[in-house]
Amino acid sequence: MAHIIVVTSGKGGVGKTTTSASLATGLALRGFSVAVLDFDVGLRNLDLIMGCERRVVYDFVNVIQGDATLNQALIRDKRVDKLYILAASQTKDKDALTPEGVERVLAELSDRVDYIICDSPAGIEHGAMMAMYFADEAIVVTNPEVSSVRDSDRVLGLLQSKTRKAREGGSVREHLLLTRYDPIRVERGEMLSVEDVQEILAIPLLGVIPESKSVLQASNSGEPVILDAGSDAGQAYADAVARLLGEEREHRFLKPVKKGLFSRLFGG
Amino acid sequence: MGIFNYFRSKKTSAQVAKNRLQIIVAHERAENSGYDFLPQLRREILCVVQKYVSVELDHIRIDVSKEGNCEVLEFNVTLPERR
Repeated sequence: MAHIIVVTSGKGGVGKTTTSASLATGLALRGFSVAVLDFDVGLRNLDLIMGCERRVVYDFVNVIQGDATLNQALIRDKRVDKLYILAASQTKDKDALTPEGVERVLAELSDRVDYIICDSPAGIEHGAMMAMYFADEAIVVTNPEVSSVRDSDRVLGLLQSKTRKAREGGSVREHLLLTRYDPIRVERGEMLSVEDVQEILAIPLLGVIPESKSVLQASNSGEPVILDAGSDAGQAYADAVARLLGEEREHRFLKPVKKGLFSRLFGG
Repeated sequence: MGIFNYFRSKKTSAQVAKNRLQIIVAHERAENSGYDFLPQLRREILCVVQKYVSVELDHIRIDVSKEGNCEVLEFNVTLPERR
C-alpha cells in the first residue's frame, strides 16, 4: 500500500508544484518508488517543472476515462530511478476527475509504488478536493504573508472535515511547509516569522524553504530544485524529505547570513 | 526581531499582520467549523432561553474551538440587566 500525500495550499503561486516536484524527486533519490500526480486539469504545469512536457502522450483523465492504461500514461523520469509523473489533462473538463475514477487510479498505483504525491490545484474547488480526499498526509504550503496564511487555515479546516480519513473518523496527518522565507525581512519586522505562522496555524513544521534564485533557475530548466544540491532551497527540500521520513533535522536558513567586512565594503 | 524593536512603540508591519490574522482566522474557524447545524441549534437554544428570560438572537454566541484532540462547543448567552 502506497502512502498518499497531498501538496495543497488554497492560495495559488505559493510553491505547490515546486514542492511536489522536489519532494517526489527527493523520496525517489532515497530509493523509494514514487508517482507524482498533477490534479490541475486545464492548467497543468507539473510536467514543465519536472522537465517532461514534451513526453506527455496520455494524461490522468485519459486513464480515468479508459482511453489509456496507467502504464501508457505514466512518464518515467530520466534522471532518477523509480520516479513517475502523471500529467493532468490540458483539454478536458475539470469534472472529468470523478471520485470513482481518482480512487481507481490511486488504488492501481498503490500496488506499484511506495509514495503517491498529489499536486493540488489552487482554490478549494473540485480539483483541489479530489487531490486531498484520499490523502494520508497533507503538506500545506504557505508563504509568510497574510492571504496565504488565511487560505492555509481554510484548507486545514477542509482537511479535517471533507477528506476520506476525516469521514471515517480518523485524521489526515498535517505538515506546514513555509516557502519563500526571507530571514532578512523577518529580522526587520517586515515579514511574518516562522514562529508567527506556526502559532496561527498550529500544525507541525516540516520545513522552511528560503526565498532563493535557484527556484526560478530550476523551473527555467525543468529540473526539480532539490537536484541543485548546492542551493539553499535544494538543501532545505532535502531536509524536508528527511523529516518526512521521520529523521531529525535541525531547521536551517532561518537567520540572515552575516556578511563579513570584506563583502560589506565591496558588495558580495 | 532586533532588540531595538523593544524600544520602538510603533508596531512592525509583521506584528500588525499577525494580529489581523489571529482575529480573522479565529472568526472564520468558528464559522467554518464543519457543523452545518449550528445556526439552527442557535435558534432553538434561543427559544428555550426565551421561555425564562427575554433575550435576542444576537445575545447568543456559539464558538467551536479545538483544544488538543478535543473540540469544544461553547455557548455564550448574554443576559439582560436585571431591573
